[in-house]
Amino acid sequence: MSVDAPLLESARPAAGSIPRRPRHLGRFVLPAYSWLVIAYLVFPIVVMMVYSFNRVTAGLQLVSFSWNGFTWQWYRQWSNIPGLTSAFWLSIRLAIVSTVIATILGTLLAIALVRYRGKQFRGKAGFEQILFLNIAAPEIVMGASLLGLFVTFNVARGFFTLVLAHVMFSIAYVTVTVRARLSGFDVALEEASYDLGANPLDTFRLVTLPLIMPGVLAGALMAFALSIDDFVTSNFVSGSNVPFPVWVYGASRVGTPPQVFVFGTVIFTVGIVFALLSLVVSKKKA
Amino acid sequence: MSSPRPHGARRKGLAPYLLSLPAGLWLLLLFVVPLLIMLSITLKTCSPASGACVMTWQWGELPRVVNQYRSQFVTSLVFAFVATLVDLVISFPIAYWIAFYGGRRKNFFLIMLLVPFFVSFIIRTLVWQFILSNNGVVLSFLRGNHLVPSSFHVLGTGLAVVAGLAYNYLPFTALPLYVALERIDRRVLNAANDLYATRRVTFLRVILPLAIPGVFAAFLLTFIPAFGDYVNQEILGGTANTMIGTVIQNLFLIDSDYAGGASLSAVLLVISLLGIWLYARLLGSRTIEEYL
Repeated sequence: MSVDAPLLESARPAAGSIPRRPRHLGRFVLPAYSWLVIAYLVFPIVVMMVYSFNRVTAGLQLVSFSWNGFTWQWYRQWSNIPGLTSAFWLSIRLAIVSTVIATILGTLLAIALVRYRGKQFRGKAGFEQILFLNIAAPEIVMGASLLGLFVTFNVARGFFTLVLAHVMFSIAYVTVTVRARLSGFDVALEEASYDLGANPLDTFRLVTLPLIMPGVLAGALMAFALSIDDFVTSNFVSGSNVPFPVWVYGASRVGTPPQVFVFGTVIFTVGIVFALLSLVVSKKKA
Repeated sequence: MSSPRPHGARRKGLAPYLLSLPAGLWLLLLFVVPLLIMLSITLKTCSPASGACVMTWQWGELPRVVNQYRSQFVTSLVFAFVATLVDLVISFPIAYWIAFYGGRRKNFFLIMLLVPFFVSFIIRTLVWQFILSNNGVVLSFLRGNHLVPSSFHVLGTGLAVVAGLAYNYLPFTALPLYVALERIDRRVLNAANDLYATRRVTFLRVILPLAIPGVFAAFLLTFIPAFGDYVNQEILGGTANTMIGTVIQNLFLIDSDYAGGASLSAVLLVISLLGIWLYARLLGSRTIEEYL
């Protein structure tokens, strides 16, 4: 690879982008177009944020299409709708519990899949196919089949069934994410640790885990995001206490209270701040 | 962890099985077994009155529901297909731009592509209902400037459903495309340049063929969830243009017709798997995972 690379790169100075700087496309048309697409993606979010400050003039406290003036009312009364607030906290608890379980199980599976091949790990190919099927199957099929399972075995639907379901659809994503990180892992580092007298537990705790931590965290974030936003599966397997998206969906059939947009705005702001912060931090490290 | 012996001996033995056991059991009991139960329900015959199902080992339900809901299947296929095509057309240029010209700001732009995911899926769809409604921002502007007739409406039509699907699933298309374009070895492009390829030829005969697996992966990763989606149809489509997801959900949760719902789910699953199988046949089985 290193031998013929200079030949391929030719006399032209290697630029970071494609050779021969384009005249208009790269400099003007593409960026303008891309920003337009970004504006399209952001537009509904801006609408949500703006209307979370909209005054309501009609009798029922529901979001309305006309702009009636600015108010902080819905932020002050964010917890005024008991069903919405309890659904929100249920979602948070559910996301935390299922993220912890899915991250541990998914990471262990990823380690097994990366480290062991052939005769050491029979059934590895089957595992990979199940993981793939799990990610690719339409969510409604998984939700419906879980409902079939719970009905068949008379399992009462509630927080417990929600955790079972959320861990089920998160494991594969965690495993894929951690595995991507693990594949570049240098096993010699672990062997060095053993040579220096560390036992397997210490080696895992002090050498392996810190090295794969970015992948584990990314997997955990993925699991959390999947869980907190899940509607389809949750709609099938939740009992009378429903998580946030299911509550919002049910409420929207009769009319959306403005507090829904308040929750949406706050969740969005927290999420995007975290994402941008992690970007800044990772840049400083690099 | 569970393996007691260091060095060479450590790599043999039970370790891989112990490591994969918890996740394996979880997936077996809550993913594989439910799918098998669902498939077994399709072989049962259920009385519509009591809802009780008896195993008859007949595919009786399957042809019945497929015939009964054929139009909903067709609607779902068409809507998901159009929305996926729209997403491919919209996101290819931006994925291309980020991959080749993103420079240091690549990660920032990727977050911008993912921005819809920071708002709950249901809320996003509700906001689109809000935007596309007759008194909403878009239509009141278009009507006010006489760009469309005053009777023109979007909500409750297939157009609204496709628009919602296209918006909600755009990141599923854009990210695999970005991954595919980003991975293209820049030295290959330099080589094309050295061989006197014009930029157009380089794009058509080097970049595009190398991006084709990513395009198909993006297609599948968008089409499959859109095909089974029912939230967009229920919130934006009104009562017309029912999609198959809505039917399945109603059969399970409202009519308690488990045999019918399971049969439709089985068909949905088979169609999705068929797409993945074709992809694996044409482009190799492991490649789609690289775009997840």
